Amino acid sequence: MKWLTLLMLLPLAGAAVIAVLPKGNEKAAKQSALVTTLVVMTATIAMAVGFQRDNVDLQFVEKYSWIPSFGINYALGVDAIALVLILMSTILAPVVVLAGWNEAHGGRWSVKTFYILILVLETMMIGVFAATDVFLFYVIFEAMLIPVYFLIGGYGSGERSAAAVKFLIYSLVGGLLMLASIIALYVMSGAQGGHTFDINKLSQLQMSSMTQNLLFLGFFIAFAIKAPVWPFHTWLPDAAQSATPGTSVLLLGVLDKVGTFGMIRYCLTLFPEASKTFTPVILILAVISIVYGAFLAISAKDIKRLIAYTSISHFGFITMGIFAMTSQGQSGAILYMFNHGFSTAALFLVAGWMISRRGSSTIADFGGLQRVAPVLAWTFFLAGLSSLALPGLSSFVSEFLVLVGTFTRYPVHAIIATFGIVLAALYILIPVQKALHGPTTPGNENLKDLNLREKLAIAPVIAIIVVLGFYPSPLLKVINPAATHVISQMGFTDPAPTNGGK
Amino acid sequence: MSFTAPVLSYSLLSPMLILLGGALIGVLVEAFVSKALRPAVQLTLTLGTLLLAVMQLWRIRGQQSLTAAVGTIVFDGPAFLLQASILIIAIISVFLIADTEHFAALPAALPGSEEERQAVQSGNQITEVYPLTLFAVAGMVMFPVANDLITLFVALEMLSLPLYLMAGLSRRRRLASQEAALKYFLLGAFSSAFFLFGAAYLYGYSASITFAGIREAIVGGGGNDVLLLIGIAFLSIGLLFKVGAVPFHSWSPDVYQGAPTPVTAFMAAATKIAAFGAMLRIYYTVFANAQWSWTPVLSGIAIVTMLLGSLVAIAQRDVKRMLAYSSIAHAGFLLSGVIALNKAGLDATIFYLFAYGVATVGAFAVVTLVRDSAGEVTDLNRWKGLGKRSPFAATSFALFLLAFAGIPLTSGFIGKFSIFSAAYESGAKGVVIAGVLSSAIAAFFYIRVIVLMFFTDATEDGTSVEIPSILTQASVVIAAVVTVALGVYPAPLLDFITNLAIFIR
Repeated sequence: MKWLTLLMLLPLAGAAVIAVLPKGNEKAAKQSALVTTLVVMTATIAMAVGFQRDNVDLQFVEKYSWIPSFGINYALGVDAIALVLILMSTILAPVVVLAGWNEAHGGRWSVKTFYILILVLETMMIGVFAATDVFLFYVIFEAMLIPVYFLIGGYGSGERSAAAVKFLIYSLVGGLLMLASIIALYVMSGAQGGHTFDINKLSQLQMSSMTQNLLFLGFFIAFAIKAPVWPFHTWLPDAAQSATPGTSVLLLGVLDKVGTFGMIRYCLTLFPEASKTFTPVILILAVISIVYGAFLAISAKDIKRLIAYTSISHFGFITMGIFAMTSQGQSGAILYMFNHGFSTAALFLVAGWMISRRGSSTIADFGGLQRVAPVLAWTFFLAGLSSLALPGLSSFVSEFLVLVGTFTRYPVHAIIATFGIVLAALYILIPVQKALHGPTTPGNENLKDLNLREKLAIAPVIAIIVVLGFYPSPLLKVINPAATHVISQMGFTDPAPTNGGK
Repeated sequence: MSFTAPVLSYSLLSPMLILLGGALIGVLVEAFVSKALRPAVQLTLTLGTLLLAVMQLWRIRGQQSLTAAVGTIVFDGPAFLLQASILIIAIISVFLIADTEHFAALPAALPGSEEERQAVQSGNQITEVYPLTLFAVAGMVMFPVANDLITLFVALEMLSLPLYLMAGLSRRRRLASQEAALKYFLLGAFSSAFFLFGAAYLYGYSASITFAGIREAIVGGGGNDVLLLIGIAFLSIGLLFKVGAVPFHSWSPDVYQGAPTPVTAFMAAATKIAAFGAMLRIYYTVFANAQWSWTPVLSGIAIVTMLLGSLVAIAQRDVKRMLAYSSIAHAGFLLSGVIALNKAGLDATIFYLFAYGVATVGAFAVVTLVRDSAGEVTDLNRWKGLGKRSPFAATSFALFLLAFAGIPLTSGFIGKFSIFSAAYESGAKGVVIAGVLSSAIAAFFYIRVIVLMFFTDATEDGTSVEIPSILTQASVVIAAVVTVALGVYPAPLLDFITNLAIFIR
């Protein structure tokens, strides 16, 4: 059965259904979107059950010729990394639809259009992780900018069009750098046994180290903008602040993961030598992202910007884990990508509800929320704790793995990054104190607590955060073989522990 | 004394003969058919002629005898592809020309004169534009199949002269239109002179005016290289003028802006195909062995053209001028396909020309729809909020802009990818890097227009959108469908081009 194509077609089918719905029937549009995303989620889980976790090759492979004169195929397949990310994306989609039930109303266009864009985006989110043909990957990588652009610019708030344009321009510039590298790969493959975009064949190309370095940079900068890693991060806070909470979840939770996923799938696999050459620089950028993102978050006044800054810090951890070149670091980074999706989703969704109730996104406006809306306040608190990686919540496991994995090879970086954890406590607990505790700010007395729909939307997210915090091993068992495989492909073995380990 | 009749191979000439015949009948229609019937008769005649030419072209695509009219015309795979592209573009452009609203009621009258007012009041409709179009198309299809310098020059003039006239026919802003026509004519005449000058030197170098003769002289060497270099340089100036490459581009923004929009659409799309078609044949066959002498210069021109076109486009406040500068940037991209000088470059350039031509006609078709009481509105500030008032116009325009910007899943992306990879393959890495850079710059102003249309609220003096006539609507829809289809599944056309595009030397 063609699982991956099926997964990609389902949301499109849902979008088509919504498109033909009669005008003005907003409720039906929302319900169809919810049903579609739930079906996609169920199908993804059904597919994941059949995944052989000890097999490090691509699974559920599909391949059809697309543009034969350039050797381009419509080729799909997943390894554990892609599978985990697709799983994350398809679980987040219904959560976002349910949580943001009313967020399309302030838009420039109809509610129908909003859900069509969301569903088209879901197709591309699956495709971008499943593509095993570099050209196909690039096409989806670029094409998925368009729905996001319209989601931010059409349904966001504040300076939404400026933010949308900034997002698009940054991404396009990165994309074009990657295109130049892809063209170079294509031409080289033609000189070495036939034009192809097959990732496995491209990884066997012979090239000089100079070429490899340049091409690596083309890919890496594109992914670093996407992720985003300092100093390419400046578009993210604007975009996150202007987008609707649901869009922000997809933007930070899923789209940004394409950047870190790309680092593993494309940078490390295609250019192992160049990856080693640039590792010291990239690790420094990652450490700066961790610390700098945390400081920005501490000083943030706006709750959405705060979450965006925390993500910059978190992406620093993920990047550090990827380039630490140890299997723990790699597993930690992959697990981190998954967990970050849910902890950011929880933060953004709860923050979104707070903002829509209060009509303001300034943290200082939310004093005393605990007393007025206890469930809302507790959920925010829990989401915050997950973001600061409290032991017992899912992010802790991944952050710990990344730090351990980095420490064995780069102790100094790991130690500096550990300060990121301390700073995380500050950037989460300060807003919690300001917004949840203390006397009730005038005007907040009548804020409503979460309703049933909102509770239903956030419950699975919280459940995943807690369950994976205590019992991450089912996921780790899937991830570990893939992580070890990546590292061994690169020619690395884990350094032996220096002390103990008898 | 015996007399042998020259072998003309009428079948190979038939598409051109059909077009010229149609044009001549069109002139007779002007003379003998009543005013009321003329528009309908002319439209039917023109479309019929173009369709007939396409059908005839399709029938002769596999012909064995390859040169016609005693070797002055050569008909090979690229010739077929380029002629077919020109004819298809011409057909969808005629859909736009059919809206006579764009043309002056009495072009000979002084702007603002009593005579003009009377012509407007009497509902006079100009129909001479149809035969002019057919004459221009005949010249265009002849341009890429010319096999000697004289035929090439005749074709150049045949396509240019009607265009000079058509540029001056605009109904609104007639002075600007006439200025555009005059400017186009004068600069065009200059470039023709350069062209002839170059042709004379090439004759001096090789003692031949046929492409085969010049190529043999270059391959054999031994001639005076100075003559060859001067010849190549001046001939190139003539051709580069037609495609609007920097520094021979200064006419294009004014002419694009001043000419009636349907004419701009036709000119921008079809002239580019014809001129690049001729360039491909000349550089790929005649000058191929003198590659060392022209690739560096042409690479420089390509780089400057891309960068300047994209940079200056950012500052434009008028949609037609913006599209003019964007077309200059695209001329630069297309030049990188000429520089590539390999099979992939040939295929890519032909694909790019077709994809770009279709999107260009579509984009200008949308421009004709955005009007207020005084006619077309080309000031970008008044396009604000178009997405709200006319989703059809705004969405299709956005699609064409995305194609120009080379966003995946549009034809523009496949074109850009194929042309840049061909250039990279030939070692022109600098051109590719400049191309990628200017694509990034260009993306900026394309997106700005999308922002204006969708994310900005309309101003007080907003424009209204004409309910599109069926033909205009058809050309927008056709262009949009082709743009998406070639972006999603370009394989059939790419394979078709790859199999056919082989120059006969």
